Amino acid sequence: MAFLFAILTAFILYPVLRVLWIALSDETSNLTLIHFLNFFRRPLFREALWNTLVSGLLVVVFSGLLSLPLAYIIARYEFRGKLLLQTAATLPLVIPPFVGAVALQLILGRSGMINLLLMRWFDTTIPIMEGLAGVVLVQTLHFFPFILLNTVVSLSNIDRSMEEMAQNMGCHGFRLFRRITLPLMLPGFVAGSLLTFIRAIDDLGTPLMLNYKNLLAPQAYLRITTVGMDDVDGYVVCVVLVVLSLVSLLAARKYLGLAEYATVLRSAPATRRLQGKKVFLVWLLCGAILGVSLLPHIGILLLSFSKVWSFTLLPTTYTLGNFAEILFRAPHFIKNTLLYTLLAAGLDIVLGAAIAFLLLRSRLAGRNLLDAIATLPLAIPGVVLAVGYLRVFHGWDFPGLGAPLTSSWVILVIAYTMRRLPYTVRASYAALQQVHISLEESAQSLGANRLKTFAKITLPMITGGLVAGGLIGFVTSCVELASTIMLVPRIELGPISYGIYIYMQSPLGRGAGAALGVVAILLVSLGTYLTHRFFGGRAGNAFRI
Amino acid sequence: MQPAEVKLDAIGKSYGEQWVVRDVNLHIRRGEFFTFLGPSGCGKTTLLRIIAGFVFPDEGTVSLDGHPMNHVPPWQRNVGLVFQNYALWPHMTVFENVAFGLRERKVARSEIERRVMETLKQVDLKGTENRRPSQLSGGQQQRVALARTLVIQPRLLLLDEPLSNLDAKLRIDMRIELLKLQRDLGLTTIYVTHDQEEALALSTRIAVMNRGRVVQEGASRQIYEQPANEFVAAFVGKSNLFSGRVLQARERYIEVQTNDNLIIHASSTAPATLPQSGDAILLSVRPEAMEIDAVGGVTKDTNQFTGHVAASAYQGSFVEYEIQMAGRAVKTYAVNPKGKALFQRGDEVAVTFAADDVVVVRND
Repeated sequence: MAFLFAILTAFILYPVLRVLWIALSDETSNLTLIHFLNFFRRPLFREALWNTLVSGLLVVVFSGLLSLPLAYIIARYEFRGKLLLQTAATLPLVIPPFVGAVALQLILGRSGMINLLLMRWFDTTIPIMEGLAGVVLVQTLHFFPFILLNTVVSLSNIDRSMEEMAQNMGCHGFRLFRRITLPLMLPGFVAGSLLTFIRAIDDLGTPLMLNYKNLLAPQAYLRITTVGMDDVDGYVVCVVLVVLSLVSLLAARKYLGLAEYATVLRSAPATRRLQGKKVFLVWLLCGAILGVSLLPHIGILLLSFSKVWSFTLLPTTYTLGNFAEILFRAPHFIKNTLLYTLLAAGLDIVLGAAIAFLLLRSRLAGRNLLDAIATLPLAIPGVVLAVGYLRVFHGWDFPGLGAPLTSSWVILVIAYTMRRLPYTVRASYAALQQVHISLEESAQSLGANRLKTFAKITLPMITGGLVAGGLIGFVTSCVELASTIMLVPRIELGPISYGIYIYMQSPLGRGAGAALGVVAILLVSLGTYLTHRFFGGRAGNAFRI
Repeated sequence: MQPAEVKLDAIGKSYGEQWVVRDVNLHIRRGEFFTFLGPSGCGKTTLLRIIAGFVFPDEGTVSLDGHPMNHVPPWQRNVGLVFQNYALWPHMTVFENVAFGLRERKVARSEIERRVMETLKQVDLKGTENRRPSQLSGGQQQRVALARTLVIQPRLLLLDEPLSNLDAKLRIDMRIELLKLQRDLGLTTIYVTHDQEEALALSTRIAVMNRGRVVQEGASRQIYEQPANEFVAAFVGKSNLFSGRVLQARERYIEVQTNDNLIIHASSTAPATLPQSGDAILLSVRPEAMEIDAVGGVTKDTNQFTGHVAASAYQGSFVEYEIQMAGRAVKTYAVNPKGKALFQRGDEVAVTFAADDVVVVRND
């Protein structure tokens, strides 16, 4: 317990508090709000804050609009090809948003496929990928599955009798949806939206790739990397980001608590079978939505095989050279990714299981505090954690390492571990909750000691949950960019996400960057597939954190 | 509104290969308290949902007051349904829950107010109208569910195990409340339960179901005293079953040799199925119809056998004995044991029962 506290304090709490302290103190270490006043006095920052709020909100609204009809169709109807549709709906999750940004630019950007066609036929272009609109578009296409999965879970958690009772009372059709279904699913829906909002404002890669800097996350990044570690404004931006995330997280928690009341589940709502013309309509609707959301995948795949692709509809020459580049000339990106993410996932499983065990099976004082600290990373944007690490660990030699922690790849593993810890804690907690204490007690009364009971009863029953939590950590770490680009000590120590970022900086490297993107997509797909295997039908629950 | 009558004509429903309900023919009369009784999975809830309109039958016709209902959606049937888990909407107050059906029926605001309050008073819930369902006890939630259904004055009341989530004592209180309410309102009621005591206590008539079929239909007394087959005899109350062969038959009186070589005298009350000598036969004797005494008392001219007490369980109002006799076990209840000597395990006892108490369950 003390050990856990030490780890969580050193790598979560302290770095964040340090950031907070710098933002709140002056040169003589007195508490002051002057930096915040300065922040709000500068039009640049006011605009960044405003842009962040607006884009986050727009992403949530558009994602919600995309998700609601899809979720209702998936949760309530049976039809031919539904599984295919469900799979397609989770595909946007496997493409890192900053990779998607590049691909979308090739298709929808100023000189992308669509605008070239428009230019040719109508002599006009649509600047859909420019500025904030581009960020909102890319993020919406990437994040809407989070809301979708949340909404499907909320919808299928409503006890069937709730709606049947209303029908029995004479209510049906859209009225039934408005008076019963919608209010019952709303808390879950809102919670999902808030969590998506956190992810959207946390996203550093998309605005960087689209070269749109006037948001909070890129501002914090630019301040620290260009102006320097001692620039107070960077820290203030970080604190504002944390406050936004924290408020959203707390609100999401409250709504999830409210959502619980609707889930006294006895029987899931009946799904109705669709046939004939209706199936066609459903396919048309879903196809339209999903077709657009799969554009980035197509773009990135084309780009990865292209030698030259600019100002033309499709690549002009194809090559396998990009894959040769990343597999043979610079294989370290893939190797590093596997090393870092698997290590981090392993550590997360151990830490998550230990914390969950303390929470559920011990009466130790302070376990709830432990839980709170372990949950905190959900509300700490990657940029902020990275800034905190740089501030805390830069400039002094870490014992046993002979160098500062920030000059070693270990810092990346630590960052990934801490960022994804909440997932394994939740997953282990949920898994352990399923193991009723009486199952352990009966083993003990039959003569098994504590250790044996854990090894023979508890562990086999929670393994699935632990692995699933670890897999989610693995999947999300694979494509983590925000903390990565700030913490990578040297280019050859960078993982895939860093490689993509570097390659994408030059027009000639884009092909190789895209090839790395394809590798990232494959890794994430594999992880997601395995998660579904372990979680089974409850995979949607994994995203309800 | 006048209470409805329900006709089920050759109803069948299958999921895939499996028939959950098959060949059900029932006529539920106006004002009746009718119960579908059976073990879980017997199709009783499906049958109720067919009447409510949530399940459409694959075969047969449901009619309400003579109108076929097969393709009428639930919201046009005007039948009230109370779910086992109450299905109270958590996002609405008690008042809003109860008012829901009236609002759907576009009843005037003042009228809604009046009728909701009146119904809440009727189920003894006055003063809770602004609370949320989660703030109520199980018994109160149950009554809100009932009020919500009663307030729309349905022509038919459907109850799906409404008491099964209450604790034992409350269940028995609510049973009496429900009985009085239904008899006062004269509302045709269909009740689904697996609890045979509940069914016997509440119903005017019962349909016992097993594996999707109605295996016996009749008044409570008839079901208990004249079980039509082995399943009903075993499911409704406890029975000691004896199978054997008829040795002699003289009008209503028969003499049976059981498979464990006991000779049992029975007087068949169903003249339509007068057994003939040589028939294979199944007999049932209720535990409370068996009397046990010390051996060596007066030999009665009815059925009397000796055996050993294998177990005795004192239950306050009666003592349950298991007697080992002729290589098999029988159950007996000795009622009102106050002040009497109790038998112990191993005691030798005489088991006596009258020929009139032997029921012929089946003869082929």
